[in-house]
Amino acid sequence: MSALIKVDHLTRIFDVSKPWLNRVIERLPKALLTAVSDVSFEIEENSVYALVGESGSGKSTIGKIVVGLVPPSKGAVEVEGVDLATETDAAKVEAVRADIQMIFQDPYASLNPRWRVRDIIAEPVAAKGGDTKGLAERLLEQVGLSAKDADKYPHEFSGGQRQRICIARALASGPKIIVCDEPTSALDVSVQAQVLNLMSDLREELGLTYLFISHDLTVVHHMADKIGVLYLGRLVEEAPRDTLFDDPKHPYTRMLFDAAPRMDAFGREVEPPKGEIPDAINPPTGCAFHPRCPLAVERCSRERPEMRQIGQTRVACHLAE
Amino acid sequence: MTDTPVLSVRNLVVEIPTRHGVLRPVDNVSYDIRAGEILGVVGESGAGKSMTGNAVVGLLDRPARITSGEILLSGQPIHTLKGEALRRLRGKKMGMIFQDPLTSLNPLLTVGDQLTETILEHLGVSQQQARERAVAALEEVGIPAARSRIDSYPHEFSGGMRQRVVIALALCAEPDLIIADEPTTALDVSVQAQIVALLKRLCRERGVAVMLVTHDMGVIAEAADRVAVMYAGRLAELGPVREVLTEARHPYTSGLMASTPLASQGHERLRQIPGAMPRLGNLPDGCAFHPRCEFAQDRCRQNPGPTLDTCDGRAACWFPLGADRKQEVGA
Repeated sequence: MSALIKVDHLTRIFDVSKPWLNRVIERLPKALLTAVSDVSFEIEENSVYALVGESGSGKSTIGKIVVGLVPPSKGAVEVEGVDLATETDAAKVEAVRADIQMIFQDPYASLNPRWRVRDIIAEPVAAKGGDTKGLAERLLEQVGLSAKDADKYPHEFSGGQRQRICIARALASGPKIIVCDEPTSALDVSVQAQVLNLMSDLREELGLTYLFISHDLTVVHHMADKIGVLYLGRLVEEAPRDTLFDDPKHPYTRMLFDAAPRMDAFGREVEPPKGEIPDAINPPTGCAFHPRCPLAVERCSRERPEMRQIGQTRVACHLAE
Repeated sequence: MTDTPVLSVRNLVVEIPTRHGVLRPVDNVSYDIRAGEILGVVGESGAGKSMTGNAVVGLLDRPARITSGEILLSGQPIHTLKGEALRRLRGKKMGMIFQDPLTSLNPLLTVGDQLTETILEHLGVSQQQARERAVAALEEVGIPAARSRIDSYPHEFSGGMRQRVVIALALCAEPDLIIADEPTTALDVSVQAQIVALLKRLCRERGVAVMLVTHDMGVIAEAADRVAVMYAGRLAELGPVREVLTEARHPYTSGLMASTPLASQGHERLRQIPGAMPRLGNLPDGCAFHPRCEFAQDRCRQNPGPTLDTCDGRAACWFPLGADRKQEVGA
């Protein structure tokens, strides 16, 4: 198995300063928000790589950089060996672009309400002048809807059905990779199960690779082969699923696991985690997690931990072993 | 006094007249909440859980209205109250916590103004005392440096801190009942754990009755004492949380549990409930769940459908899952 996607020292900085006139008058410095900071990982073909983290951890930004919606500030993303941000050969870029598709969180906002489902689904192919005859009908049946639905409009469907339409659209160009940004967060549990099962089936049938972005640990545990945990734009731990859940090495990962509500933990009394995610404009020095970390030592506030390989896990913590 | 439940909802029906007929978002719902108890109300979107909460505090938006049944607060009927009388009761006897902490605070007033306003309105103390109480309320919900932050505006707080302010606001007039409608849905897991722990502590220490409306079974399992499962405006199951979640009698509850991914499972397929919840304007005859139920029989399709009263009091199902049926489900 080879790496289909290679994310190499990826950094993305957003300028969130006030307008320049205000800055001059109020003598404010520029405000730079580091959404993604030096993140590297690889995704193997036909696997599910999940990124988990709380809000502001940079998981959606990474997803957008991978599909090319946002350019990286530093570092690179290579898809099938092609760096979309710098590659100049248009033919290569075209070919790779068709291999990546995205599914968004909100199925209500990501379908054009004025278009028929047939046109929505066929758009990725029609935009390139491909043959779309019968395509929408075939894809609708593949995602568990009926071919007759092609003539309807998005408002005639429920949330789960709309997410199926989004999946059908993502499949239209015959992609190899689908970036799913919180694909089931807007859905009820019983419908979420239907969509997750569909995604697993499609992965097997079509040999798809998923970059699965979610904040829900139970969903990630169910779907992923390999998991990367993000905190304040940094990858703090990465491991195969079972290794991560059986033996989390980073204190933040442990905190996340302890905090997640469990269905079998009746009346559990847990010591809730302390503090909140700090401001990404002024992140703490050293390890970003040190102000909340129960194990922090003096070195953690000084020195940013490098990613270290321990067994099957890669972890960015001075104290992990 | 101790025997009277803080909140008692009896056969509550909420109706919305529309051009296409009358909808019933809440249909014949009954439950009690005792002092110091957390009742979890779960269900999918459109099941009527928020509508039940809003009916209790008298916040139903027209044209939705209570058409029958009664709501008793410490034995006193409150569903007939209107205007000023209801306003006095809200805040004083009942506190509300809504899902989105940003929209439930006034962005133009400082947190302290909002707290003291509520305290002055309901407790009849002096301005100075009200401010002291406001600081104490903020400290109680765990806001660090409460005295210096009391004059901050809501936007200066983070999401979790804002939700704490909302909880302080709900608590500051010392109500007997708190209705928390999806209080942690907009928050991150680590903050969610803090808020759930806070609610449990307040409930235990102050003996407040809490109605916790949520769609997250994990939150229910950790926080609630009893749980009410709603489906299409009706109660599907009601009982102690451990029993309902581990030995569900209603096929819907059991399906809901099975479709939630569990950490103990691997990549196995999730059991899914086919279809989606019916729309209120288009409810099937009999049991509202029967078109999605794998055990549905002829009786399930006939009116009147099962209710808690006509069944065993625990699950509104003609053929509840028992010990022997459970084996069948597991196989």
